[in-house]
Amino acid sequence: MIIGSRPTKFQVVVDKNQCMLCGRCVDNCSYGVFRMEPEEIITNTRNCVACHRCISQCPRDAITIKERPCDYRSHPVWTAQVKENIFKQAESGKILLGGMGNAAQYPILFDHLVLDACQVTNPSIDPLREPMELRTYIGKKPRQLEFIQKSDTDISLVTELVPNLKLETPIMIGHMSYGAISLNAHKAMAKAVSDIGTFMGTGEGGLHEALYPYQDHMIVQVASGRFGVDVNYLERGAAIEIKIGQGAKPGIGGHLPGEKVCADVSCTRMIPEGSDAISPAPHHDIYSIEDLKQLVISLKEATEWKKPVFVKIAAVHNVAAIAAGIARSGADAVVIDGFRGGTGAAPSVFRDHVGIPIEAAVAAVDTKLRRQGIRNEVSIIASGGIRQSADVAKAICLGADAVYIGTAALVAMGCRVCGTCYRGLCTWGIATQRPDLVARLDPEEASHNVKNLIEAWTLELAELMGAAGINSIESLRGNRDRLRGYMLDQSMLDVLDVKPIGA
Amino acid sequence: MCGIIGVIDKQRELMDGSSIRDALSIMDERGSGEGAGYAAYGVYPDYADLYAIHVFYDNLVEPKTQVEDLLETWGMIEHDEEIPTWEQAGIPKIHTPWRYFFRPKTRLMQRSRTPDDEIVKHIVMEVNKSIKGALIFSSGKNIGVFKASGWPEEVADFYRVEKYEGYLWLAHNRYPTNTPGWWGGAHPFNLLNWSVVHNGEITSYGTNRRYIESFGYDCTMYTDTEVVAYLMDLLVRRHGLTQELAVRALAPPFWDEIERMPEDIQRLNTALRLTYGSAMMNGPFAIAVASPDSIVGFSDRIKLRPLVIGEHDNKVFISSEEAAIRTVDSAIKNIYMPKAGHPIVGRTVA
Repeated sequence: MIIGSRPTKFQVVVDKNQCMLCGRCVDNCSYGVFRMEPEEIITNTRNCVACHRCISQCPRDAITIKERPCDYRSHPVWTAQVKENIFKQAESGKILLGGMGNAAQYPILFDHLVLDACQVTNPSIDPLREPMELRTYIGKKPRQLEFIQKSDTDISLVTELVPNLKLETPIMIGHMSYGAISLNAHKAMAKAVSDIGTFMGTGEGGLHEALYPYQDHMIVQVASGRFGVDVNYLERGAAIEIKIGQGAKPGIGGHLPGEKVCADVSCTRMIPEGSDAISPAPHHDIYSIEDLKQLVISLKEATEWKKPVFVKIAAVHNVAAIAAGIARSGADAVVIDGFRGGTGAAPSVFRDHVGIPIEAAVAAVDTKLRRQGIRNEVSIIASGGIRQSADVAKAICLGADAVYIGTAALVAMGCRVCGTCYRGLCTWGIATQRPDLVARLDPEEASHNVKNLIEAWTLELAELMGAAGINSIESLRGNRDRLRGYMLDQSMLDVLDVKPIGA
Repeated sequence: MCGIIGVIDKQRELMDGSSIRDALSIMDERGSGEGAGYAAYGVYPDYADLYAIHVFYDNLVEPKTQVEDLLETWGMIEHDEEIPTWEQAGIPKIHTPWRYFFRPKTRLMQRSRTPDDEIVKHIVMEVNKSIKGALIFSSGKNIGVFKASGWPEEVADFYRVEKYEGYLWLAHNRYPTNTPGWWGGAHPFNLLNWSVVHNGEITSYGTNRRYIESFGYDCTMYTDTEVVAYLMDLLVRRHGLTQELAVRALAPPFWDEIERMPEDIQRLNTALRLTYGSAMMNGPFAIAVASPDSIVGFSDRIKLRPLVIGEHDNKVFISSEEAAIRTVDSAIKNIYMPKAGHPIVGRTVA
């Protein structure tokens, strides 16, 4: 051990005057930070991940967690993070893993876009008194309608609409698999979306029986591993999503460690218990856009053309051209996952360095599809880094029909974004399969929190629309005039196709 | 603000422009002297089957040559002349208005159901986008738009609109807030046989513009109203909707109203909203759209701008103010305000 130990990240202090030695911190910490001695609680600070479970459960507010100041020599280039990553790899010779989203210091474009509001010439609309329509239909739309004119007054519609998902709010919950997160977390979110009238993704882990009651609000996923995919699964979903890529790790597959594959997960995924679930980087039957088209059509055929089929890709620099190809593959919606998308586990080099922000990706895709005259025929769902209702409004102005949230829904259930989901020790019972931890998450209660969050954002979105003098979400979609760029350079303004503030 | 007045005679009886001038002038409070205009249908009976193309020229050398080259490429100019104008104290003559009576060579635009319209639309977009110093502001058959920066009466006197006789008139007094008052920004906006006047703002303009541009229309006037003319052209001429259905698409009923409709009507309205969601217009507006056989008036879905309809004998009036209608026809009895979003159509029968 030439390298020696690395400094601890956090400092956990138990105030002896406050502590009543109830031992809840010991029971609640799955990372082994606390130990009960006869007269006091002893902490092993090194194990702390700052999940804050102990703080939240301490009845006497006796625990403090602080980020420890760095004790390396400060350096603008060779930062503590860079050095520690080198130490870790020098020891292990392995790829470094990280959970949750991109943690690198890129500017957040959403925070450099501001929304518009009406003043004298154009009245703002008060959502408390006037109708405000947030209903959104996701799916294929005809380019134009066809009619038969029988007489001067009698005209009838010939065009048949294909099935669309009807959302009462443009906010859905994105795909997180059973396996990566617990069944209780899934149940909580599924109940919330059914109550609200929106949808959530199953992730690539199949659909557990406990979620069958909510299946009309579930989007089932077909990923490269094909876990849990059979015709029964496809038929249960309200829509089907083919996952080509995800924002946290564009260009690579997935890996659920064998330890997380308990009996229930093994059954839902249709793989042996305790075996690693490996999703290959590519789908081994998709090596071209034509192959994708065949899969889209096969899935439609298998479900008698009753379900919309989405295709999800990671936001990469050529995303607009790829999305245009997907739009022509017969897919009903293209899901674009930005580089701030969360994940259970990803090589941190991918998470932090591959892909592009969702703001730029959505703007580029919307523009490309419009130039090709096909934007109206396919829906765009934006995900990866949606943190608040303003982000939803801005994503829609840039061209999205709806958004997926992921991390935000987990945070609503208690997640503190400690970023160690891949260890399966989640103290909140979210990203774990350990029965004692899973039991900590009450699905009813958590469902209520998720529902509250989406409802609160929906109210805020209605207010933002009203302030912009808009009473229907269709008129916000792709409405770049209602955005202005703040401190963005000209090239970024051009990509986003928004004017600078003051213009 | 802005004031609008429109009138159609269902029997195609001709009216000269004097009473419309007076009706518009009494709404001077609704303007700021930065734009007014008139559109008249039936004003060029001698050239009724040719496209009357009105152009503003910044000078009569380079832009005029370029426009004429383009017209000659796509068809034949059968007659052209400067549009007669009379100096007005309040109107500096920034542009020279010119008119062409143009016959397109239909065979040059294959694969279109309406090749001659398509040629003229292409010429309008091309000139307005690419030829500096030229702007086509009127391009229909037997139709003329007369507009400039100025007060209603000045613009009327500038063109002497009382000399023109039409069976359908639209007029507009502008109070610009979003974009500068300039000749091209004055209403009516016209493309082919569509003319549009508008009071209000279209908050969905960003969405509407990007939608219409994906069908090959270029928005060059720096103002929200021009999309309405293009949307009507797309929905009615190219997509075959009736004018009532087109208005339904532009100002659709709310979802909860749709849900209460009988099933087949519900299906139609759902299809319209899903297909033409990006064409729907939001914000405060009262709009009148004219075509050779009809005039359609409608307001936004929650009626944030005034719209008054008057009917008397063979005439249907659409205006921002009752007083304007009464200025034209003091004997009128049937005056009412339509429901939000509902189209009111006056149609010729002759």
